[in-house]
Amino acid sequence: MGIEEKLPAGFLLTTVEQVAGYMRKSSVWPATFGLACCAIEMMAVGTPDYDIARFGMERFSATPRQADLMIVAGRVSNKMAPVLRQVYDQMPEPKWVISMGVCASSGGMFNNYAIVQGVDHVVPVDVYLPGCPPRPEMLINAILVLHQQIQNSKLGVNRVEAARAAEQAALEATPTHAMKGLLA
Amino acid sequence: MADDKQRDYFLSDLFAPVGGFGVTFATMFRKVATEEYPEEKRPTQPRYHGRHQLNRHPDGLEKCVGCELCAWACPADAIFVEGADNDDTEGGAGRFSPGERYGRVYQINYLRCIFCGYCIEACPTRALTMTNEYELADDNRGDLIFEKDQLLAPLRQGMLQPPHPMVAGTTERDYYRGKVEKATPEQEAWVRDQDEAADAANDDTTAQPVAGHLEGGVTK
Repeated sequence: MGIEEKLPAGFLLTTVEQVAGYMRKSSVWPATFGLACCAIEMMAVGTPDYDIARFGMERFSATPRQADLMIVAGRVSNKMAPVLRQVYDQMPEPKWVISMGVCASSGGMFNNYAIVQGVDHVVPVDVYLPGCPPRPEMLINAILVLHQQIQNSKLGVNRVEAARAAEQAALEATPTHAMKGLLA
Repeated sequence: MADDKQRDYFLSDLFAPVGGFGVTFATMFRKVATEEYPEEKRPTQPRYHGRHQLNRHPDGLEKCVGCELCAWACPADAIFVEGADNDDTEGGAGRFSPGERYGRVYQINYLRCIFCGYCIEACPTRALTMTNEYELADDNRGDLIFEKDQLLAPLRQGMLQPPHPMVAGTTERDYYRGKVEKATPEQEAWVRDQDEAADAANDDTTAQPVAGHLEGGVTK
């Protein structure tokens, strides 16, 4: 139907977005942000037994300025929340956040005044990972889910459009404080 | 003799700087310890605490009686149960479990659940058990609240999708004593009649959207 039909054999067409997405997902560098017991499992993912380097995550960056993925591993206390936000702000764009474990994702069993009830109150989260703590395979699975998201992310005008659409959807959605049942 | 020793030292000194590479080289022939996770999954322990499952009786009726003991036992308040009465009358909601009541709404919030298994200990009918499934990551909080239809065990051979009546001549007790082994022809006929009646009703009102009789019917 398009240019694909007229090409000689041996040519492969793709979009800039797909190529950029492939490049980006192939070398995501995580920032170390271990807060509690989940961090132990996160460290286990770095060992040869699970070997996170297979997914292009060669090492956990000690500085947020050289990282583009924040794995929030553990419960976030109210006192830690501004620090978490600062680390996130110091990371260069494009950046992603995995909320590892139930405490980071929703407060988990710590439904009390000291713990932030979900790290998405502080930073935008791309992948939520249940588990207490999640086993290393679960974290790798979350990383693969994130890879899928990065691969399909938009660029340029499309990115602006996608962001507008997401914002519009967020404005129309029921706010968390108005939700009933388990989402409250 | 002295010359031999001298030559030995000479050789070892010569290869000393590259000796370490020997370790690296030998490692290439050793078995790889890494788990090739997405392609080859290592099985979990049989009693691993994974995603929950709501079990069924051998004829397809649900084991959950909506007692909410799991919700009470949960230290993280991750479980929400709402029981309702089974209704065997003509034109009623139908029967979902052998006893008096069943779990109409059953939700588990996997972003609160800590997989401790207290709910499984609390369950009086062994309706709630845990599977070995652990791949649960998702991109939003709403989808990680699992509804009853996601948690229910799949229908096996000889099982019928509830609602349908109990096996004729049995009591709730007989179900727990294992006297019911599979759905009887009477139950199958009953379900077939219900399906035909529903199809006929659908044909009459093709233009109108049909109100599904989905269990729960609760929005997220």
